[in-house]
Amino acid sequence: MSNEWPLWEVFIRGQHGMSHRHVGSLHAPDAEMAIKNARDVYTRRNEGVSIWVVEAANIAASSPSEKGPLYEPSNSKVYRHPTFFNIPDDVGAM
Amino acid sequence: MYAQMVKTAGTGVKKPSEMTAQERDFQAKIDRNEKIEPKDWMPDDYRATLIRQIGQHAHSEIVGQLPEGNWITRAPTLERKAILLAKVQDEAGHGLYLYSACETLGVSRDELLDMLHQGKMKYSSIFNYPTLNWADIGAVGWLVDGAAIMNQVQLQKTSYGPYARAMVRICKEESFHQRQGYSIMMKMATGSKAQQAMAQDALNRLWFPSLMMFGPPDKDSVHSAQSMAWRIKINTNDELRQRFVDQTMPQMEYLGLTCPDPSVKWNEDKGGYDYTDPDWDEFFAVLRGNGPCNTERMAARVDAWDNGAWVRDGLMAHANKKAARVAAE
Repeated sequence: MSNEWPLWEVFIRGQHGMSHRHVGSLHAPDAEMAIKNARDVYTRRNEGVSIWVVEAANIAASSPSEKGPLYEPSNSKVYRHPTFFNIPDDVGAM
Repeated sequence: MYAQMVKTAGTGVKKPSEMTAQERDFQAKIDRNEKIEPKDWMPDDYRATLIRQIGQHAHSEIVGQLPEGNWITRAPTLERKAILLAKVQDEAGHGLYLYSACETLGVSRDELLDMLHQGKMKYSSIFNYPTLNWADIGAVGWLVDGAAIMNQVQLQKTSYGPYARAMVRICKEESFHQRQGYSIMMKMATGSKAQQAMAQDALNRLWFPSLMMFGPPDKDSVHSAQSMAWRIKINTNDELRQRFVDQTMPQMEYLGLTCPDPSVKWNEDKGGYDYTDPDWDEFFAVLRGNGPCNTERMAARVDAWDNGAWVRDGLMAHANKKAARVAAE
């Protein structure tokens, strides 16, 4: 009961050129077994070309209550988007 | 599939005026179809109900391996054996996705397994029926996985993010399960007289237990309203059961098999089939532990857990030893 295997988060690169994406989690005694288990649990149908595993305890996450302070400042900075600027059609593609 | 009779925690649906501000925000979020994520605030009853529902769902996937695993060594051809092996492995995967989703609610994997082994959590009634011969493997894939898909497709839209995402993965894989079952049924239904009789017999035995998978009739589902308000249940039991019968009858006709329910009949007015409900006394008896295989299934799970303890402990000890060596260097 006390000897539960730690939890690992699994990230998979779906195809060459793409970034690794979080696909789920699993329990394993160590990193090597976590990768082997991830192969069996998350790539049974050619879903990946590369696997990352990270022990869940080592992941730091932002808290939902910080949503305001973290993300609202960017709401007012519309000039960060290219569509903020009107470029005449005569200029051509930009 | 496979969550039946999940008792919804709490005292029923609250009116907005009875809710706290936090509860009102939470409900508004669900009503806007936004997902609830693990670190978001949620009512204790929502959490408790989800743990029961996802846990039961996970247990069903794992226990569901047993009736099919029973036939891996006796599959009629090497190809059928490889296919069945892949399907049973998928079920293990489905159980693992769901256990992981459930653990995000703050319950540990060991606690969930412990509750299953102590009989404090349930799994779907369907897996307490035996698979007596190869035709049953066809009928299980076709009917049981068919019923599971019916239930799981709607759950992809459930309000709890990790559960919804697990459902998306599961639904992608589940269609293979149903097709491989139907393919077995097609083979047998067009085979020798003896094979046809086996296919019919499997259908006869599994039809009503498959209908039971959707849970008791709506009039007896006292807890549905709150679960539906929380969007952890999207359709009612009877809606899904009706949809299943409507989808399955033409497939049965194609096979040339006869429905064991003589009253099944197309009803033009409602645009669906009329059918007879299963024997609900039998359903409740199976849930209480008195189905044909309840004891056998639980014994197999508990044995696997107890007899696997030395492997789990050994691998953990090895990992700890290696980590200690690295730390000492």
